[in-house]
Amino acid sequence: MSSSPDDRPASPPDPRDRLAGAIPRLRAFAISLARDVTMADDLVQETILKAWSNMDKFDPATNLDAWLFTILRNTFYSSLRKTRREVQDSDGAHAATLSVRPAHDGRLALQEFQRAFDQLSPEHREVLILVGASGFSCEEASGMMGVAVGTVKSRASRARKRLAELLHLKEGEDMFSGTDGATQAVVMRAAVAGF
Amino acid sequence: MNRDKDEGTPARRALREQIDENLKRVYTAALNEELPDRFRDLLAQLKAKDSTDTGDKG
Repeated sequence: MSSSPDDRPASPPDPRDRLAGAIPRLRAFAISLARDVTMADDLVQETILKAWSNMDKFDPATNLDAWLFTILRNTFYSSLRKTRREVQDSDGAHAATLSVRPAHDGRLALQEFQRAFDQLSPEHREVLILVGASGFSCEEASGMMGVAVGTVKSRASRARKRLAELLHLKEGEDMFSGTDGATQAVVMRAAVAGF
Repeated sequence: MNRDKDEGTPARRALREQIDENLKRVYTAALNEELPDRFRDLLAQLKAKDSTDTGDKG
């Protein structure tokens, strides 16, 4: 069990022993991608099974998280292709299953943001989580997503733009000051969309 | 060509920073979700299975 990341043992540990430590991050990525905890947990389970039996293909000199994230997103997209079910319906389901513990500051903004984030395509959520939130470089994300670095950058930029549109934000506007207008607009839009 | 085009104006950068800050919150919220036991159990099962059939591994 490797508990502290700065502890470098003399002999490299079996990557299998590092799986447990990676699960929280893997699951956070799965939740961000699927926006549904049940589906996310199934994805994590499948990823663990695949990773375990393919561990000989993992290069210990590379990033284990990146490797696991890649397996998970590939699993996610292939199951999405197979079952193209009502993924759009996730708005209410997500709100019910994810326990968001809002901070006292900017809580409404975060919930609106989550709702807008849910409305993005999985591809847009993926790129934003990888490069915007979990700290992977565009180069790493490019390897994980199997697309060119330029595609990662343009997709990330389009995804941010889409988010801003959904939140009715314009350049120079503050996400936290004009919440009421934005909230109303998002609610209106959702009502019009008739989910 | 000009890959920094998007990050040019201060307004764009400010917007981008706000979005990224919220993305981190979304991700952190997911990270703070309580882990179900099933993953720990699964790993224990896999480990136990590997040590019983130590035929071709290792």
